[in-house]
Amino acid sequence: MTATAENTRKNGQATKRPRKSDRTKAEIRLGWMLAGPAFFVMMAVTAYPIAQATFDSLFSFRLTAPDERSFVFLDNYLLLFTDGMFWRIFGVTLLITVVTVAVELVLGFALALVMHRALKSMRGLLRTAILVPYGIITVVSAFAWYYMFDINSGFVNRWLSWVPGIDSDLDWFSNFGTAITVIMASEIWKTTPFIALLLLAGLAQVPDELVEAARVDGATKVQQFTRVIIPNMKAAIMVAVLFRALDAFRIFDNVFIMTGGDANTEVLSLLAYNQSISRLEIGLGSAVSVVLFICVLLMCVIAVKGFKVDLASGTDSSSGKKDGGK
Amino acid sequence: MKARSAGAAAAAAVLLLAGCGGDDGVTTLTWYINPDDGGQQALAEKCTEEADGAYRIQTSLLPMDAPAQREQLARRLAAGDSSLDIMSIDPPFIPELATPGFLAPVPEDVAERTTEDTLDGALAGAMWGDELVTIPFWANTQILWYRESVAEAAGLDMGEPVTWDEIMDAAAEQDKYLGVQGVRAESMTVWVNALVESQEESILVDPSASAEELETNLDSESGANAASIISRIGQEGLGGPGIASMDENQSMLLFQRDNGSFMVNWPFVWAATNSAAEEGSIDADVPDDIGWALYPRVDADTPAAHPLGGINLGVGADSEHPELAYEAIECIVTPENQAEYFVTNGNPPSSESAFDDPRVEEDFPMADVIREALDSAAPRPQTPYYNEISESIQGRFTPLSGVDPDTTPAETDSYIMEVLRGERLL
Repeated sequence: MTATAENTRKNGQATKRPRKSDRTKAEIRLGWMLAGPAFFVMMAVTAYPIAQATFDSLFSFRLTAPDERSFVFLDNYLLLFTDGMFWRIFGVTLLITVVTVAVELVLGFALALVMHRALKSMRGLLRTAILVPYGIITVVSAFAWYYMFDINSGFVNRWLSWVPGIDSDLDWFSNFGTAITVIMASEIWKTTPFIALLLLAGLAQVPDELVEAARVDGATKVQQFTRVIIPNMKAAIMVAVLFRALDAFRIFDNVFIMTGGDANTEVLSLLAYNQSISRLEIGLGSAVSVVLFICVLLMCVIAVKGFKVDLASGTDSSSGKKDGGK
Repeated sequence: MKARSAGAAAAAAVLLLAGCGGDDGVTTLTWYINPDDGGQQALAEKCTEEADGAYRIQTSLLPMDAPAQREQLARRLAAGDSSLDIMSIDPPFIPELATPGFLAPVPEDVAERTTEDTLDGALAGAMWGDELVTIPFWANTQILWYRESVAEAAGLDMGEPVTWDEIMDAAAEQDKYLGVQGVRAESMTVWVNALVESQEESILVDPSASAEELETNLDSESGANAASIISRIGQEGLGGPGIASMDENQSMLLFQRDNGSFMVNWPFVWAATNSAAEEGSIDADVPDDIGWALYPRVDADTPAAHPLGGINLGVGADSEHPELAYEAIECIVTPENQAEYFVTNGNPPSSESAFDDPRVEEDFPMADVIREALDSAAPRPQTPYYNEISESIQGRFTPLSGVDPDTTPAETDSYIMEVLRGERLL
């Protein structure tokens, strides 16, 4: 009885997967020849270091005490997860991610709409102008923001002295609230253009006929926007949000330059840096890096599985399939 | 053809990487230097010339701040980099590099010749466990700088040692700012250590203890006294509004302004203030108003222990030419060269006789105070785990206004212990 069932199942599988034709085989071979080298290079420069870091994270290993290296299994992770400091840093990183991505999404949308609708004739120039902050190296922009707000050399305190709470004695980087505000503002200023461009591409994908049809049916401007435009560019929005969220979660430069983690502004990447580079505790630092990597991976999985984002085509996979069928 | 040129390129790369064996067969020694005003480069050239073909010294620049220099040196040494022939090392990091055997042993005769007249404080910084592991090159120390007008108004006799209480009172009464370093950085440990050592105590109970057993002694009367000085400056705002980002340079700028009063700082401020006055970025008469004295005391009857800085020269254990490297070091650290370096770069010598150089007295009228300070200078905690201890102190003693003499020292002690035992993150 079971044997027959297994047989049928095997047969079923066999019928489902027909033998590959020579042509398919040749195509697969060509595919590997074209993509293979890149694949192996990627493996060498990403998979290998990740594996090495995972391996190192199981050891207590200090670079300046090479003889005392010892296998501690998951102790490094245990230390992380039981230390309140880790959770505080994790919270700060999450806060930066959520706030910056949310603000950037709103601002980016506004910019994209302006570029798409209002100023079609100047779009090229505008797009370039908007991209300028994104083109600046993060370390450079971090220094610019740092010197702007620095109590010794900055001009912001003087410019904004009419705002209650701001005077020449305000040291922005000495307490959490103000320091994190400047860090997030700098991050937002720098990467909003990225989101705006991705959204602009999404806006351009929405067929004009759809919007027109909605208008003919008597939809108001708001309805056109929320019922027609946004649903049709969901994929672009999700890709923009995902990319930015992954970037924001790994924030390093701004914090490193502006506060170096002072005033409780430390983030996960900085924690990893401090453990492996400044303390030379390779094991502990690797553990932080692995945790950071897993967080990023989780965000990807949630976005791809949960929201069905297809990173390859920049569309959601359901519509991707439909396109494929056309 | 292609293969051949690729081979040639690879060979060239290997030659470049090896960094030795130039065209003329002269051995090249690489000297990793901390950024200065070009003085080390000049000494490298001078000694290359004097070596007359025995070796050539080329310099390679390390990062700006001391912890970053340590990071680069430690990583290179751990990886067995053979290009580390001569290294300029900040004293607090020496035990960490010496313990795992990253430094080539100092030949006895070289040790004898180069430390004949080294000032006590500087010599202590070059040792690790009763052994000379590096050669003292130049030694730095903080002294008390003051505005004569402020000291006069406060009725302080600056010819006599003053205490922290006196200068804090003076600044508070006259509504002036004290030049101290309140930024979360190495300078914070320098300050805390000087305050503790000035009470004839040490931060470390037993410097040679292992990570598991290392203990700090901040939870004591001396620690509490240190914390209360720092706390008062923070809470009364005596360090100015920018205290949280106040490093050595910023505190010098504060000191140069009208509300400057007293400042603890390294001697570089003298040359910097004079050139600022010449350039016109500060009033031309500011340098005339500046005086100097020994570091303020914590307790009126106990002499102050001055902070110790500077640079010592070490040789990498994997260097291919340790003998030549030590030969070159002997040339670099001659008293004459140290005096030259002081005059041109403002970094005080570690050798006593270098202070007798006529050029020194002319350019640095405070040289005598510096020499005296160096003789009573105390190194920061000497342990391979200095970085952990220093960063813990920096974290707990900043911001200054948050320091509580009753709790901060004890918290710092237990935090350091937990970090060293691998129970806490840093």
